[in-house]
Amino acid sequence: MSADLLSTIDQYEIDEAAAKRDLENSWRAPGGFIGWFQEVNHKAIGLRYIVTAFIFLIAGGIEALLMRYQLAIPDHRFLNPNLYNEIFTIHGSTMMFLFAVPVMEGMGIYLVPLMIGTRNVAFPRLNAYGYYMFLFGGIFLYAGIFLNMAPDAGWFAYTPLSGPQFSPGKRLDFWAQMITFTELSALVVAIEIIVTVIKLRGPGMSLDRIPIFVWAMLVQSFMVVFAMPAVMDASGMLMMDRTIGTHFFNPAEGGDPLLWQHTFWFFGHPEVYIIFIPGTGMVAELVTVFSRRPIFGYTAIVLSIISTGFIGFGLWVHHMFATGLPQLGESFFTAASLLITIPTGVQFFCWLATMWGGRPKLTVPFWYVISFFIIFVAGGLSGVMIASVPFDIQVHDTFFIVAHFHYVLIGGAVFPLLGAIYYWFPKMTGRLQDDRLGLITCWILLIGFNLTFFPMHWLGLHGMPRRVYAYSANSGWASMNALASIGAVVIAVGGILYLVNIFRSKRDGGFSGPNPWQAGTLEWMTDSPAPRYNFLHIPIVSGREPLWERPSDEIPLVIGLRTDRREVLVTRTLEASPDHRYVLPGPTIWPFWVAVGTGIGFTGSVFNMWWFVLGGFICFVPFVGWFWPHRNINFVPKMEKPK
Amino acid sequence: MIALAGFTQSAVNPAGPQSAHIYHLWHLYLWICVAVWVLVIAFLIAGLTRRRPQPQTPDTKLRRSVITATAITIGILFFMLVASIQTGNALATRSFTKPVSIEITGHQWWWEVHYQFSQPDQEVVTANEIHIPVGRAVILKATSQDVIHSVWIPNLDGKIDAIPEHVNTIWLRADKPGIYRRQCAEFCGMQHAHMAMLVFAEPEPKFERWLADQRSGARSSAGAVVMRGRQIFENAPCLLCHTIRGTGAAGTTGPDLTHLASRTTLAAGTMPNTPGNLAGWITDSQRIKPGNNMPPINVPSEDLQPLLSFLESLR
Repeated sequence: MSADLLSTIDQYEIDEAAAKRDLENSWRAPGGFIGWFQEVNHKAIGLRYIVTAFIFLIAGGIEALLMRYQLAIPDHRFLNPNLYNEIFTIHGSTMMFLFAVPVMEGMGIYLVPLMIGTRNVAFPRLNAYGYYMFLFGGIFLYAGIFLNMAPDAGWFAYTPLSGPQFSPGKRLDFWAQMITFTELSALVVAIEIIVTVIKLRGPGMSLDRIPIFVWAMLVQSFMVVFAMPAVMDASGMLMMDRTIGTHFFNPAEGGDPLLWQHTFWFFGHPEVYIIFIPGTGMVAELVTVFSRRPIFGYTAIVLSIISTGFIGFGLWVHHMFATGLPQLGESFFTAASLLITIPTGVQFFCWLATMWGGRPKLTVPFWYVISFFIIFVAGGLSGVMIASVPFDIQVHDTFFIVAHFHYVLIGGAVFPLLGAIYYWFPKMTGRLQDDRLGLITCWILLIGFNLTFFPMHWLGLHGMPRRVYAYSANSGWASMNALASIGAVVIAVGGILYLVNIFRSKRDGGFSGPNPWQAGTLEWMTDSPAPRYNFLHIPIVSGREPLWERPSDEIPLVIGLRTDRREVLVTRTLEASPDHRYVLPGPTIWPFWVAVGTGIGFTGSVFNMWWFVLGGFICFVPFVGWFWPHRNINFVPKMEKPK
Repeated sequence: MIALAGFTQSAVNPAGPQSAHIYHLWHLYLWICVAVWVLVIAFLIAGLTRRRPQPQTPDTKLRRSVITATAITIGILFFMLVASIQTGNALATRSFTKPVSIEITGHQWWWEVHYQFSQPDQEVVTANEIHIPVGRAVILKATSQDVIHSVWIPNLDGKIDAIPEHVNTIWLRADKPGIYRRQCAEFCGMQHAHMAMLVFAEPEPKFERWLADQRSGARSSAGAVVMRGRQIFENAPCLLCHTIRGTGAAGTTGPDLTHLASRTTLAAGTMPNTPGNLAGWITDSQRIKPGNNMPPINVPSEDLQPLLSFLESLR
């Protein structure tokens, strides 16, 4: 490391106050109504992702309650079949595409720069564009509902049911283009996080010092890069089948409906890990902090996450065991599906070892981790069961599967997420949440969850298929369905209490100070809430938990970065040794207009494919603005000049 | 709904070798998984509540435990894999002679059934109900006319998808007589929930009798009311979609009605086959099963009774 760039603060006289003033000025938020559309700060964008995703979670939850009310009693006439089919389609699509993936991305966008010690993500404008695409995609799907164009072929949209012959109208086109919107957004975030983690880590944060949550986001982002194109291809082919008369999936013309299933699940299975891997990263952080010791088996955990990322691409066929594949092929995918248990198991053993060797402190976030253990281990084990072809062909497409994937997805991602939000809430708001209410909420959610989804195992084994809007009284399924519906209400109560706690604490919670949990990672070094430039000085990283190695005011810092413009330090990939300084672009409205152009193209193409071309031309103009070259690198956008 | 009672639709109540193999595998898996879950949670509780020794547990000891646990996990998974493949082989092994061969074709939202024989005149066409002989192997061929459906008789075997332009084959055997309900297991559109059929596993002689009955054409009695009903049927739009062998009706869009009265349920397991239900179905099927492909038939009220008499005579 070059000596002139890096040093401790003691050796140089720095005017702290002036540096702070300069940073606050150069990283200032754009003001006013227009300013909202110009925002490119990762914390603002990340928070928008999280808040928007939670709004969609509430929508998806209401849909779930409607379905549970319909199924609460046999032959219920509350929802007609069309409405029920639309609701379960939108519930699945919302939860997968508009909640689970975006909320994890939002957490990544918000936390990764803070945890690796930098000021913003690598491509701030692209980041803003990604958010607008997600937002438009969600609005687009829900606009479809109000235009009576809600999709009704399931979140998996199997052909030929979703094809032009059996789903006339525009319902499925809305679904397919929603995919294009949100997956484009996911790809943007993935690129964002990959480059940020690889190039912008604080000096000294070599690969083996990256926090595990950041590793998880990195692996997740690589998975997104390889998985999302598959589903965008699939939805693109579906759109073409539906609008311009191609026959990719039309058996009558030599297409094959199974092609859809392969391309969809080649995305769909990695998708599960795209949701779950950030969850494990969160669990690893929470276990470390609240066991009050460095995580046991850091290398083993990181390698497990990476191998999960690889193996996750080799399992998609286990969604298709009933389609009549050759027995040898099915055995291969059984073996692969069992194989992925091993890295997950290793992580669990390392977490248990960490608790065993530490001094666990039962805080509210830790209770979410305990709930995660109780639920996810059960879901993982039912996953091991259905990895077996003979067992799977009995329970495939029954409520057993519904139970299984809610156990792994809610247990593996939502519970860690709720714990993580509770944990990072002070960093986001500067306030503490109410622990007593938090603990009650966690227990209500844990009980409600099991009440809802455990009976579904029984239902599946006793023959109840998925996606049925009604069942007859003599089926014997009534009591377990009633139990599940009661559980759904309990979950809803838990969800409301969780939100109540957030809103109340945001207003009246006690001040947290920079590091309320005495955690060891970099984000706890800076103020709560973090300033817009994140760190007054970029820290130099000497270990995995820098704040556990020395008090935060003794951590060596980078000086020499200019504070009068948005400068960050680019470091090398392996050792994170300083490479060069780099100026990040400031606020701009152009990404918003590009998103509008893209949105017009995608929306129009539902009705006529030429809109897609037109959208390209519309995007051209704002792209020119976006990439308009500036005369010199010292350029500071006008609005940011010191007053 | 009394007529529908007495059936079973359950994967944990096996009535044949295939479902029994799977049931045993499931039991093995269940106990392994329960044991693993209890162990993990026990270690979690112990790890959180145990008294902390001074000095702390050394990492070498933790490492040994993690490696041991991983090794045990790999061992268990390998065991489960072997058990799964053995079960798979048992399911696939075909050691039988003279199987009954049945092709089931999925339609939105009913099932077309063909009993296949080497002589074409032996073939039997029916819908929404199958009969199989106890103790004899049955080969099921699943395919579809429109979207993907799935054929699943949980008491007898796992499911197999019915995919257009594909024919998937499984074999099964019922060892116990009984009525096994099955319903479509792949989402197939609006009335996916009402696409069931009953499977009657009967002793061989009873099955052969049923088969012989089904082979014959329509044998309606020659009463005046029935004959009038037949005329009404042949002059109504019914014959555009339905077949009644021995009459002029030869449509193939809807279920074959040649032996309608011999069937237990109507509209793919939606309701018991009673004259009242049948009348309701003919006049306004959309109220009973919204979205189905049968249009409401405008039968003058004085014609309805003869029509019903005719249909009820199709035993």
